[in-house]
Amino acid sequence: MNILKFIESFTDENFMKSQGSRRDSFGQFGQVGKNMALASIPFGLAAFANKTYAADITATPNTPVGALQLALTLEYLEDEFYRLGLESGVIPPGGRDEKVFMQIAKHEKSHVEFLKAGLGANVIAKPTFDFTVGGAFSPFTDYPTFLALAQAFEDTGVRAYKGQAANLITAPDLLTAALQIHSVEARHASEVRRLRGLKGWITGNQRGAGMPAPTQGVYDGEEKTDQAGYNTAALFGADAGTEAYDEPLTTQQSVDIANLFIV
Amino acid sequence: MKNVVTVKEQLTSGTNRRSFLKISGLTMAATGLILTGCSDDDDRGTTPQDNQLPGVRNGKFDLGGGDFGVLTYAYALEQLEADFYTRVVNLNNFGTLFNSTEQQVLTDLYRHEVIHREFFKTALTGALPNPSAQLLPNLEFDFSTVNFGSRDSILGTAQALEDTGVGAYNGAGRLITSADYLLLAGKIVSVEARHASAIRSLINPNSNSFAGDDIVAAGNGLDTAKTPAQILPVAGTFIATDFTAIYLT
Repeated sequence: MNILKFIESFTDENFMKSQGSRRDSFGQFGQVGKNMALASIPFGLAAFANKTYAADITATPNTPVGALQLALTLEYLEDEFYRLGLESGVIPPGGRDEKVFMQIAKHEKSHVEFLKAGLGANVIAKPTFDFTVGGAFSPFTDYPTFLALAQAFEDTGVRAYKGQAANLITAPDLLTAALQIHSVEARHASEVRRLRGLKGWITGNQRGAGMPAPTQGVYDGEEKTDQAGYNTAALFGADAGTEAYDEPLTTQQSVDIANLFIV
Repeated sequence: MKNVVTVKEQLTSGTNRRSFLKISGLTMAATGLILTGCSDDDDRGTTPQDNQLPGVRNGKFDLGGGDFGVLTYAYALEQLEADFYTRVVNLNNFGTLFNSTEQQVLTDLYRHEVIHREFFKTALTGALPNPSAQLLPNLEFDFSTVNFGSRDSILGTAQALEDTGVGAYNGAGRLITSADYLLLAGKIVSVEARHASAIRSLINPNSNSFAGDDIVAAGNGLDTAKTPAQILPVAGTFIATDFTAIYLT
């Protein structure tokens, strides 16, 4: 089955109306092979399908509270992912990787607590996550997959927070706190990318060697070289120009990525 | 409240400049800022007013206030970073002082920071009402405290510059009133944080230093956010050109 045909079938109306969990839906394509199926679904399309499932989150409002709620969802996701990763034993013990992920896990846990406290009555409940995406990924038994998802989550976090900055412009204290989390996510992203043998910064819209195709949605748009009319490729070419700037994700784009892991 | 940043007098003699810096430059700047110590707890950026545009006041360039002030402040910091890495990658011993991974990182950082500098120059030139008088001139720098024959000294300076850059942007975000400018600052600050993480990993490999407890608060997981009044004395240790930041609060 070619990819275009697969996407076509994925957006088929009957498929959209079909009942059942996403896990079941992937099961319908069992004969294709789950890996093949998953590799063919960009994050954006996954969100299209998500509309049929009540558990998925919807776009948060363009307000300071909405911005923090989206941030909390992403922090819930990261916090649980790293906690499960550390508990699973998938991370090689005793070396650099374990030190790195213990530090990252500590920060994500703190971010959850910080945002919950900040949101007060507006706090949202933790969604139920499935980091295997219906069995297609094995992040807690396969370390390269764990690393790949970690990179995707951290690079997503950087872009998602950035996309919420404008929603926080009327709340300077919250904006400052969000920026203070945003740069920590960027420190994390840089380090995780190095653990995977990549540069700490994003070149063009390249997701990087070894990253599963479904993570491409995390990197689309990063190829931008026009910054307020300045051509960032002018001096050293497009690679350096795009590396020098991280691009935002919209609220919907951020939600779409999170929803892939929410059941 | 106004802050006066007197970094140092511009001297024509290179020999005298160093000793002058040591005697008065840093201390004066730091003292002045601490004494006037601006609190920005409830301040937000104000709409730029004509009398707060960047430009020469009382014989010194003032960074100005409002959004143009913040952008000019960022331009000054990017000039500093770009100048430093330009010196580093042009060192005669660059290829022997650093291994290939380190050379790649430092070359990338050089390119990124030069791009940031030229971006601000272009953006400010296009946005300022009268750029010929209001665009921050090319600053002069003094890196005499850096030992350019030492890997450790160079990487240590790079770490300080990158961490300072992150704290500066994080602290200045609240001073920006335009969502477009805020986003642009956001696009740059995360790259500075990626840089800081990379340099820290070069200095302390196999550790959690990339986001260590010395820079990311262990209690709440927050990076630093610093006011211009906190940043300028630190950055000023390397800036030889005299300028003020009267309205940058």
